[in-house]
Amino acid sequence: MTATPNGFNLDSSGQRVVVDPVTRIEGHLRLEVNVDDKNVIRNAVSTGAMWRGLEVILKGRDPRDAWAFTERICGVCTGVHALTSVRSVEDSLKIQIPENANTIRNIIHLALYVQDHLVHFYHLHALDWVDVVSALKADPKATSELAQSISPWPKSSPGYFRDLQNRLKRFVESGQLGPFRNGYWGHPAYKLPPEANLMATAHYLEALDFQKEIVKIQTIFGGKNPHPNWLVGGVPCAINLNDSGGVGAINMERLNLVKSIIDQSATFIEQVYIPDLLAVASFYKDWLYGGGLASKSLLSYGEFPMIANDDSNKSLALPRGAIINGKLEEVLPVDLRNPDEIQEFVNHSWFKYGDESKGLHPWDGVTEPNFVLGPQTKGNAKKLEAVDEGAKYSWIKAPRWKGHAMEVGPLARFVVAYMSGHKEVKELVDGALKHLNVPITALFSTLGRTAARGLECAYSARLLTREYDKLIARLKTGDTATANTDLWDPAKWPASSKGVGYCEAPRGALGHWIRIEGGKIANYQAVVPTTWNGSPRDGAGNIGPYEASLLETPMADPKQPLEIIRTIHSFDPCLACSTHVLSPDNVELTKVSTR
Amino acid sequence: MLKAETFYDVIRRQGISRRSFNKFCSLTAASLGLAPSFGSTIAHAMETKPRIPVLWLHGLECTCCSESFIRSAHPLASDVVLSMISLDYDDTIMAASGHQAESILDEIRTTYKGRYLVAVEGNPSIGEDANYCIVGGRPFVDQLKEVAADASAIISWGSCASWGCVQAAKPNPSKAVPVHEVIRDKPIIKVPGCPPIAEVMTGVISYILTFDRLPELDRQGRPKAFYGQRIHDKCYRRPHFDAGQFVEAWDDEGARKGYCLYKLGCRGPTTYNACSTVRWNGGVSFPIQSGHGCIGCSEKDFWDNGPFYARLQQLHPFGIEANADNVGGKVAAVVGGGIAVHAGLTAIQRLTKHKDNTRIRDASQKNEGGGQ
Repeated sequence: MTATPNGFNLDSSGQRVVVDPVTRIEGHLRLEVNVDDKNVIRNAVSTGAMWRGLEVILKGRDPRDAWAFTERICGVCTGVHALTSVRSVEDSLKIQIPENANTIRNIIHLALYVQDHLVHFYHLHALDWVDVVSALKADPKATSELAQSISPWPKSSPGYFRDLQNRLKRFVESGQLGPFRNGYWGHPAYKLPPEANLMATAHYLEALDFQKEIVKIQTIFGGKNPHPNWLVGGVPCAINLNDSGGVGAINMERLNLVKSIIDQSATFIEQVYIPDLLAVASFYKDWLYGGGLASKSLLSYGEFPMIANDDSNKSLALPRGAIINGKLEEVLPVDLRNPDEIQEFVNHSWFKYGDESKGLHPWDGVTEPNFVLGPQTKGNAKKLEAVDEGAKYSWIKAPRWKGHAMEVGPLARFVVAYMSGHKEVKELVDGALKHLNVPITALFSTLGRTAARGLECAYSARLLTREYDKLIARLKTGDTATANTDLWDPAKWPASSKGVGYCEAPRGALGHWIRIEGGKIANYQAVVPTTWNGSPRDGAGNIGPYEASLLETPMADPKQPLEIIRTIHSFDPCLACSTHVLSPDNVELTKVSTR
Repeated sequence: MLKAETFYDVIRRQGISRRSFNKFCSLTAASLGLAPSFGSTIAHAMETKPRIPVLWLHGLECTCCSESFIRSAHPLASDVVLSMISLDYDDTIMAASGHQAESILDEIRTTYKGRYLVAVEGNPSIGEDANYCIVGGRPFVDQLKEVAADASAIISWGSCASWGCVQAAKPNPSKAVPVHEVIRDKPIIKVPGCPPIAEVMTGVISYILTFDRLPELDRQGRPKAFYGQRIHDKCYRRPHFDAGQFVEAWDDEGARKGYCLYKLGCRGPTTYNACSTVRWNGGVSFPIQSGHGCIGCSEKDFWDNGPFYARLQQLHPFGIEANADNVGGKVAAVVGGGIAVHAGLTAIQRLTKHKDNTRIRDASQKNEGGGQ
């Protein structure tokens, strides 16, 4: 048994259980746990299993192009890296963007929050709580009564659920289960009655059809989704409400389309997502595993500047702050520029530093890949059976805030906001806790993480409406500016500069650190949400949020890892985001050495 | 044994009459150059064959292709997944994880040998002994090769699988390579774009299911119907290009009037894709309509043809058609069109002369020269 500095006990003596690939996530993640003789998890190991080296690729390129490259770090939370990138370049070059550009960026980003959280709940996470096969046993009439008792959503007749059930029945009887093949159907950790399963399955399909509407907001302002277009200095879409040629710009028809989508989205969230979330949660109130670091160490960079070019807490709709050592009432200030605050370590990551006893601030970050398997590894690089967590074991670095492993994401944002006295967040959280009749400590769990995401989705839909109204109000004043091109020409840039772009992606705190020299990118470093949450151990032995969250969870059957994926999904992992990074110099990428 | 839902069941349920179905089968027979009597053979195959299994693999990627796919307005992604194909493996949406997920690959390979499609999103890495991308504890490239071995054809989704895309941009630190560089003995259909347009993706799948063959491909292996023309050819701002009316700076008068974005680096004149016609997200807009030039995301090596805001130098402002063919991407491996893919039509193929030598034969026969 080993005690970690951040307060967990690890015991790797029991049976090793491997889950690889973890599905219903973005990218490639491997999890290994040890269970004791009662099948309770006593050790957990999280391995990021891919590396693309995007920051290496960015070196020497035009900083104005960086958004497009970094946007391709992730196509699920599409646009978040682009936003962070243009912010880092603007910070570096001291470019001030117009208020309209700031509001339009907020609208684009909020639309993603709404869509991404919705898709996460129904398509990446629901099958951890919902037994699709059990839905076949539901009584459509009782399902209709259940649906109508929790929501005015019109698609709720007995006939509607009967038709769906018949379609599902034919699908299952065909023997070709497609994405539901080999699922954990009938697993004892599923607690919903058949009627709730049928209702949730109906909404799984409705949400799949609806989510594509929400992103049209990004298409209007950015031309496409996934991967809309961005611009250093503002947004690329001009506004023309009165003059000839207005059909080639943002005009009243385009704005009306945005408004219509916002309204439909708000209705779907209020009448489908939130009632489903609360209904599902009410059956799992006693499954409060998965807290991990959630009650100890949380970090948020803050998001949605209400004032252009101002990222102080006065401007941010969701505040910046950190909580450590479980002192929830004390929200600490966070400075992304301070070299002593955010640092990355590679003691257990497949990278190499000159001196691995020290962490590096991202402006001085180094990324030299170094794939080495430790002496306790079972299997080999061609067929890995178990990694050696005493050595290097992940393509993810270990970021720390003042030495602490930190959980990031919707729950971290909401707890930081709640403890900072954010009225609207407090009202949402207290309302849900009261509805479920659970104490606030219930938040620090798998279910709490999932609930926070849903509540944040509802908050985002409201803020989206307010930001739209704000844009219209400003347009009424005659201000239609969308881009500042004063410093577009690299000839006007300083010989050398550095900047940082902050962001709260749907999955959590995201930062890009850039150095520009002679008009080109000299160094670029991204520290992303899944780097924080999926972090491996550091040199001091602190475990990361994924690893911490799995401890103490009982498994019904180690061969059917439903409990593991349920908890890990509550973080909404994004592995393509977490695993990249670069060195400031032209270091030669090392050759692999396996032993 | 439970009865599998067939293509016929599905289209009947979607309101298509028996009469229309028979007509469809006769037309299909005619389009394949068969005697009318083969229509009933096709109908029989359609009525009895199960949905075609699709194994959707993910290499080094960002999942934008999957995200695009679920944006499809016609057909809806839910209908494709539940009624048209059997999406038995796709790590982004499948219920099972770990061993339960990996075992599906073997099950399908065995049960549907030569009768399933492999769709690849992202690409394999061959750097660090291929350990830059590990799935199920082994290099992704090994998984890809194994699963592809018994497939009838491969769909390379997006620019990663088709060309390499962002991780293969210089200096390509992970040594990422497109699918056709590691799979050389199967027909490969490339559907490039970062990501491809949703309705192009579902359009390609629907074509394969409807006509039982791959769509006509160009010399680079892309469906001609969607990648046969440049964005510039069909751009609604083309008249401004021809009139010499350009956006000179962001948010200037030209930008507000929707002038041509050529001077701000638009790659429409050198990019083969359907954005200016099909448009994006149910036809709402496309990059140029929303004020930003095309960055050429469906073209090979577009990341290294920047910077994006530098205007294309080699173009003449007028009379661009003269050098249209010179401007496009380099010619890649020659891939023929009209590749039949569905083993359900094996019987017909045996009765047919192989006029078109690019047609896939019965997958139980050795597949040679089936495309490349």
